[in-house]
Amino acid sequence: MLEKALVGGRGYWRWILALGVVIALGLVSYLRQFAFGLGITGLSRDVTWGLYIAQFTFLVGVAASAVMVVLPYYLHNFKMFGKLTILGEFLAISAVTMCMLFIFVDMGQPTRVLNVMLYPTPHSLMFWDMVSLSGYLVLNVVISHVTLAAERNSVPPPSWIRPVIILSIPWAVSIHTVTAFLYSGLAARPFWMTAILAPRFLASAFSAGPALLILFCLVLRRVTRFDAGREPIQRLAIIVTYAMLINVFFVLMELFTALYSNIPEDVEHFKFLFVGLEGNTTLVPWMWASAVLSVAALVLLVNPKTRHDERTLAAACVAVFLGLWIEKGLGLIIAGFEPSPLGAVTAYTPTVPEISITLGIYAFGLLLITLLYKIALSVRGETAA
Amino acid sequence: MRDRGRIITGLAVFVAVALAPVWQAALHGAARRPDPKIVTTAKQCVEPTAAMRRDHMELLNAWRDTVVRRGQRTYVAADGKTVTMSLTGTCMKCHPNKKEFCDACHNYLAVSPYCWECHIEPKEKS
Amino acid sequence: MGQDRRGFLKLAGLAAVCATARESLTRLAGAAETEPRSSAKAPKVRWAMVVDPRRCLEQESCTACIDACDHAHNIPAFTNPRHEVKWIWKTRFDEAFPDQDSRYIDPALTSEPVLALCNHCDNPPCVRVCPTQATWKRDDGIVAMDWHRCIGCRYCMAACPYGSRSFNWEDPRPHIAHEDPDFPTRTKGVVEKCTFCDERIDRGELPACVVACKAKALVFGDLNDPDSEVRRLLRTRFALRRRAGLGTQPEVFYLV
Repeated sequence: MLEKALVGGRGYWRWILALGVVIALGLVSYLRQFAFGLGITGLSRDVTWGLYIAQFTFLVGVAASAVMVVLPYYLHNFKMFGKLTILGEFLAISAVTMCMLFIFVDMGQPTRVLNVMLYPTPHSLMFWDMVSLSGYLVLNVVISHVTLAAERNSVPPPSWIRPVIILSIPWAVSIHTVTAFLYSGLAARPFWMTAILAPRFLASAFSAGPALLILFCLVLRRVTRFDAGREPIQRLAIIVTYAMLINVFFVLMELFTALYSNIPEDVEHFKFLFVGLEGNTTLVPWMWASAVLSVAALVLLVNPKTRHDERTLAAACVAVFLGLWIEKGLGLIIAGFEPSPLGAVTAYTPTVPEISITLGIYAFGLLLITLLYKIALSVRGETAA
Repeated sequence: MRDRGRIITGLAVFVAVALAPVWQAALHGAARRPDPKIVTTAKQCVEPTAAMRRDHMELLNAWRDTVVRRGQRTYVAADGKTVTMSLTGTCMKCHPNKKEFCDACHNYLAVSPYCWECHIEPKEKS
Repeated sequence: MGQDRRGFLKLAGLAAVCATARESLTRLAGAAETEPRSSAKAPKVRWAMVVDPRRCLEQESCTACIDACDHAHNIPAFTNPRHEVKWIWKTRFDEAFPDQDSRYIDPALTSEPVLALCNHCDNPPCVRVCPTQATWKRDDGIVAMDWHRCIGCRYCMAACPYGSRSFNWEDPRPHIAHEDPDFPTRTKGVVEKCTFCDERIDRGELPACVVACKAKALVFGDLNDPDSEVRRLLRTRFALRRRAGLGTQPEVFYLV
């Protein structure tokens, strides 16, 4: 099956080459970081996690979102998503791989990373995150492989795979819940210590992930013979709409509790995000951009006319994805450290090598998904001529 | 077998790379067996020489965990002798010549224990 | 042929997964990590420190304790404050005690910096989150560090409410003025912090900062011994603990 990724047209190979270049640049930067240490990044003793961990958090959501096509298809026999499940599962595989890479590049001692398994520590949420992420990766690899192989051989998938698929549904919820617990259990960080963090993570995941899937479907329709069909995309759009509404609602609830109770240590983090704190306004334009994008996306999504038009739907999906990427892939992690528990606000700006490593990992994820989608579509004979 | 040429070239490259140690040794002459220099006058290390030569890394790992994680600092050797478990305080007092002692074998075997990234090696004339 | 290759790959993958899982599970189930430190006979010790800020302030701009610690533990001096490594340091009163409303307290106390160090909490959040037990609480209460095991994930730094943990953002060696060969340096990529001088305590000595303090502003002792100096001070004077409301049970006390 893997050999199907080795056959492709000129455009395919150009795309692979472009990704390869970005990956290579990221790799070179990583080797520099490996030799020098994490001091090469913009992180500091007060802002100890930044771009890497934030991307990890965001991508866990993308990975978990596969459940939004798997669940209706397998639990509710929603046939319309039949063509999409494999795309969702492959998206999950690629996103989880990126998550693991982002964790890996954030390690101060990457060569010792297996200590997490050599000295398993159940009272650490990071141990459970490792368990749930690797389990989710294995589940999706097995499921997509078995179902695709059956499809290629034109036989129904073996019956034992169904319980595995059912298991992957709560497992998807667990990966994002455990990732939220990573943060929400820390008394030192009031910005994260909120019971709504896990639900918020899930809501943002179930809007950003399916939004990305819609965009992928639209791209695939252009560059391949694969057509997800109009109706499944519209159904996905409804999922994006509801999840996005819930996500924005949750964020407003957070704002209300912090601002109305007026507890300084709760308010300060939001101040840092939206108006700046102690003269530091690094994230302010980003957060307002995120707010505008989210509102604009909701306007386009809630309005049936713009939702039904695939061009405005595509714009809405881009807005959802970017808005949530800023909210989760920048704001959420960095603001947890600003101010520090001692009240200090330390400037954090990702450095060039840091950004280059980040882009390298994203390119690797895109490469993986390109190869996987190529395999899936080749099996179905739907690749571009 | 249209690809015969390519396959044979590929195989040849693979064999050449895989056998690199062999032809490298043939070209540059094989490295000589290391002869770590012992400068101490003590008759025996904490355990017999053969055991030390074979198991010093396990012993050091065990010392490390016992001292760091259990706070116990005295080692009782097989013959009942007691020593303080300390790399710099015990081992290197008898073997201050890290370059001729530790490094001689480690370089030969191409292992690089990371002890010295943190533990300070004895001052040596280079 | 294709089938064979695929079968091989599958088997290899499965074997790798099983091998790792097995190792992990046996360690999880077994007593691999039991640390038999205390014997039932030995009376249990609980080390703690009492800081007397007024005495400390008598010696204006004195840094004897900090210097002694820096020297004893090969602490690097990074000029870049973002990469600073701090075991014991001076910090503003309102930073050390953000939940103390200090407006009307004697300004002699609140306008001057106070000493901050690891609190060796009885309920340490850093230990709870560490995924490798590279930091753990010893039976005598010291929150210890194993720099051999730390993977540098910095989860402990996110969990510590006191900013007591530092990370080696680069190789610290070139930034150490005088290397003390009796104590290791650290390497890049690991977290470090005050260890209450566990190496000195195990030899029956007092922490280096306590010995160095000429004003006797630092008192170290056993909380479980009712006759100890720390217990006497805590009995006779009122003491603050940093952010006591978080339930971490800091074991560094500040006399008022």
